[in-house]
Amino acid sequence: MTLMTILLVLLVLAALWASMTTLLLRATIALALASAMLAVVMYTLGATIAAVLELSVCAGLISVVFVSVISLTQRKPFKDYVVRRASRLTRFWPLPVVLVAAGVALSFVHSPVQVALPVPGAEGDVRVVLWNLRQLDLFGQILILLAGVIGVLVLFKRESKDDN
Amino acid sequence: MSHLLLLVPFAALILANLLPRSARPAATWIAFGVLALQTVAVVLQPLGLTDWSALDPVDAAIGLHVSMDNLSILLLLSAGLAGMASLMAAGPGLKTGRERFLFANLVLVALIGINGISMVRDLFSLYVFIEVTAVATFILVAIRHGTDAFEGAWKYVVLSAVASVLMLSSIALYVLVEGGVSLAAVTHALASPGPIPWIAAALFLCGLFIKGGLVPFHGWLADAYSAAPAPASVFMAGIVTKASGVFALMRLAQSVFADALPARWIFLVVGAVTLVVGAFLALTQTDMKRMLAYSSVSQIGYIVLALGGSPQLGIVAAALHFFNHAVSKSQLFANAEAIEEQLGTVSMDRMGGLGSRMPVTAGTSAVASLSIAGLPPLAGFWSKLLIVIALWQVGQYAFAAIAILTSLVTLGYFLSLQRRVFFGTPLPEWASVREAGGRLLVPALALSLITVAIGLGFPLVLSMLLGGGQ
Repeated sequence: MTLMTILLVLLVLAALWASMTTLLLRATIALALASAMLAVVMYTLGATIAAVLELSVCAGLISVVFVSVISLTQRKPFKDYVVRRASRLTRFWPLPVVLVAAGVALSFVHSPVQVALPVPGAEGDVRVVLWNLRQLDLFGQILILLAGVIGVLVLFKRESKDDN
Repeated sequence: MSHLLLLVPFAALILANLLPRSARPAATWIAFGVLALQTVAVVLQPLGLTDWSALDPVDAAIGLHVSMDNLSILLLLSAGLAGMASLMAAGPGLKTGRERFLFANLVLVALIGINGISMVRDLFSLYVFIEVTAVATFILVAIRHGTDAFEGAWKYVVLSAVASVLMLSSIALYVLVEGGVSLAAVTHALASPGPIPWIAAALFLCGLFIKGGLVPFHGWLADAYSAAPAPASVFMAGIVTKASGVFALMRLAQSVFADALPARWIFLVVGAVTLVVGAFLALTQTDMKRMLAYSSVSQIGYIVLALGGSPQLGIVAAALHFFNHAVSKSQLFANAEAIEEQLGTVSMDRMGGLGSRMPVTAGTSAVASLSIAGLPPLAGFWSKLLIVIALWQVGQYAFAAIAILTSLVTLGYFLSLQRRVFFGTPLPEWASVREAGGRLLVPALALSLITVAIGLGFPLVLSMLLGGGQ
């Protein structure tokens, strides 16, 4: 069993935990773990910039945002979670099983099409990528974050009398 | 000038949030001013009345990879008009100052997303700006809370996430086989042998079909439109879903799939199924907003069907129908809000005889309905005629017949809407109903006027669209 196989198994387990748990905080921790595993996979494959961004943004920043939002929500009694977890496991257990089975089956299929990974060039420099090649996308991502902040205000902040 | 279309709304967004709490009502007017400026700027450009070349050094210094063409102008103009109509409708439609302030913010974010979609020439940037628009829209749907609003927003989020996965998978495949995702690189990849570029194209198209609410991915659209507050429905139905799904399809049809027969067949089949299913679903509705939502599904089908027609005329027909539908559907949702404001319901079973009490709403609603149904000499007639001609030119007679026959169904459900809402004897419980206020009547009248003006001045509009080539 190679390191990559172990990483992929851990990644799938973390993703399954994130999808199946009914506690938001646990789902956030599981998602951060899945992101961390993915970052290691990316690093192993030589995509160092992607790995660093995955680790810092997805495992770090996004988890902080999730935890902040969860802190604004109201906690339900624990017994509600137990009931919902049982119901979720009963209804959705085939989905992860099918997903994992499909992944294992695909790993035995040899693609007839050979593709070559692009050779890293000047665009390998993260500064060139962010400030020269993809600055438009960076602008778009700033906007998505802004929209997310407005979303938190809309969905979670209570209206005060002054707001009217 | 193209950079300003991204940066001015962004500056306005920052300015609106720097306002002191007491001055926050001004945020709506700041957003309205930006939309009015955009509308005027893009109207004057094709008429040759403005010269933006003085701004070229600014564009070069900023260096964002965006550019405008006639297709972009049409989306920018539609966004300006639908946005202004929705902001005017926000006055009566949203009850608190906080809601109106957040609504103006979200409209500005969505506007930047739409403007980006109209001007990018790269698949990943297109995806990023589609997401900007989508995130703003999820929140618009849920802005007034409530079970229906959360359910509508949730369905939109879930299906949108599926679309995002499909589009990102497609982008990854293009990076793998071509090393880039510019539209030129994608075109080059599709011309090379091998199935992967076409698998990637199919994934991206499926993502756009979901975002655009095409059949069989239309389930979220009616819930989102009917659950959203009326001003958000005006904006969403007018422009948002069309920009994030249908406009992107038009851009790909124009720049990537111009001569690709498989793509043309996909557009024909998906477009035809969507327009027929949407029309029959609209026919069975009793809720006015849901009927308008399913009507949108059907009209989006017409736009996609046109993309399967002759390459140049098909794009022109799709673009014109896109614009006509944006104008008319924004107006019909403004009419629906006028009725909801007065009656407190949009159930057509509880209406009737409102024409005598709300004559302007009834009149403008009739103009928009007849235009969408394709009656001459209104704008919708010309765009549908062009769609039929574009299909005829490539020998797709069966699809042309489907387009014509479905127009009869469209006329049927709109006549049914007019009869159930505006004709007959008013119910006694609506004795005190009055015409809606100016903030709903002005956009309805202005948009009706545009529908009539485009219909009457159609030769000029067509020569402008064809004259620009692209």
